[in-house]
Amino acid sequence: MNEFIMGIDLMAWLETVFWILLKIVAILLPLVLAVAYTTYAERKIIGYMQLRLGPNRVGPKGWFQPFADVIKLVMKEIIIPRGANKALFILAPVLFIGPAFAAWAVIPFDAEVVLADINAGLLFVLAMTSIGVYGVIIAGWASNSKYAFLGAMRSAAQIVSYELAMGFALVGVLMCAQSMNLSEIVNAQSGGIFSWFWLPLFPLLIVYWISGVAETNRAPFDMAEGESEIVAGFHVEYAGTAFALFFLAEYANMILISFLTALMFMGGWLSPFEGLGILEEWTAWVPGTIWLLMKAFISLFGLLWIRATFPRFRYDQVMRLGWKIFIPVTLVWLPILAVWIKFEAWPFN
Amino acid sequence: MKTFKRWLNSFLLYELLKGLKVTFVNMFRRKATIQYPEEKTPLSPRFRGLHALRTYPNGEERCIACKLCEAVCPASAITIEAGVRESDGTRRTTKYEIDLFKCIFCGFCEESCPVDSIVETRVFDYHFENENEKVMTKPMLLKMGQIYEDQIAADRAADAKYR
Repeated sequence: MNEFIMGIDLMAWLETVFWILLKIVAILLPLVLAVAYTTYAERKIIGYMQLRLGPNRVGPKGWFQPFADVIKLVMKEIIIPRGANKALFILAPVLFIGPAFAAWAVIPFDAEVVLADINAGLLFVLAMTSIGVYGVIIAGWASNSKYAFLGAMRSAAQIVSYELAMGFALVGVLMCAQSMNLSEIVNAQSGGIFSWFWLPLFPLLIVYWISGVAETNRAPFDMAEGESEIVAGFHVEYAGTAFALFFLAEYANMILISFLTALMFMGGWLSPFEGLGILEEWTAWVPGTIWLLMKAFISLFGLLWIRATFPRFRYDQVMRLGWKIFIPVTLVWLPILAVWIKFEAWPFN
Repeated sequence: MKTFKRWLNSFLLYELLKGLKVTFVNMFRRKATIQYPEEKTPLSPRFRGLHALRTYPNGEERCIACKLCEAVCPASAITIEAGVRESDGTRRTTKYEIDLFKCIFCGFCEESCPVDSIVETRVFDYHFENENEKVMTKPMLLKMGQIYEDQIAADRAADAKYR
């Protein structure tokens, strides 16, 4: 009898595990593909902006370039530098990529389409994006290289600084949505393009988005990799698959920031034509996921666009922007927002 | 007022947006890339690429072993040994070698040559697979001359009025 119950429990448990694993694969596989093609899009878009063609040799129009890159990286040897802490050196990329993937668990791709529909989704995302900095610091320290260590220190300071501005910007979102659940945040924005949060939260959107660029260590905030001074920063000693993991995580974070921007400020999977009569009818067949992807792509394109446009910040300028501009701006906007919501003026009525 | 305007401009990211506009507009302009093996940039008739030794139309080699090129070569890349040719007793080179690792492609050899023998062709995309291939020997140079004679002659003709 006892054995019988145990057996059922095991079966049920296995089934649950199987379904969770399947869902994880269903999210991660497209994500990794998206990362591959984000690198392609990046090279192509930046190339076009610099009057170049970008990669166009591997496959038609260079479409297989990401696979060539992956194969190249996987075939390469993982070199462990002399004097490096072997265990931590190998662990660091895993610690970096783990949170970058884990954060995707709470991202809703459409109404009800989410792996883990938890109450504090936003908090979870914030925690996961912050925890990635441990991978960076450990990578920098374990490499036993001055360049790597300097890069890691810069990266850590930068991520910690911008985390604050980012957190404050998200407080605005919480105030508007009255919820930390990402699906509810999106639902709170329903009612057409002008009830999305980008309008009342416009300064916060800008602060959030730029902080996101800084968080992911992307140009123009890529001091952590400053080629001209510290070669490649924290991952200077990494080669082969270990380097590929850092690369993958960075791009996964970029896509994550884009998705979060779309979800929190641009109405997530909601149609932009909501409440516009004929246009809404015409586009009613478009699934919400497509809208979400389109919005995320706009944000992602912005990331590539500013990389092609702006030179790298100086380190003290980055700190100044984070501490002396972004945090005060958010601190001023939050009380304004509170009064705005309290008096139920448009669009909070 | 001026300070306020400047403050407002930096707060509204005015200059950053201007920069973004520049890159965005450039994205749709014609691309400057030359896709090398299929497309090539135009070359001047005076282009100084790989060397060649020319011959007269009757097949006689032009070089008279005067050694002017060897003397003028600033990189000492040219080595010449002269001797009497068995068949007709004329002064010819027995050895004419150019070390391509030393050569700086200045074109002085070509300018110094009284009989237009040593010339530089338009060939610039070449490679070596073995170490000893870096030295161009006399047969190699003559072969180059035979292969590219039409091009070489046309280039000399095009540039003749400036010489």
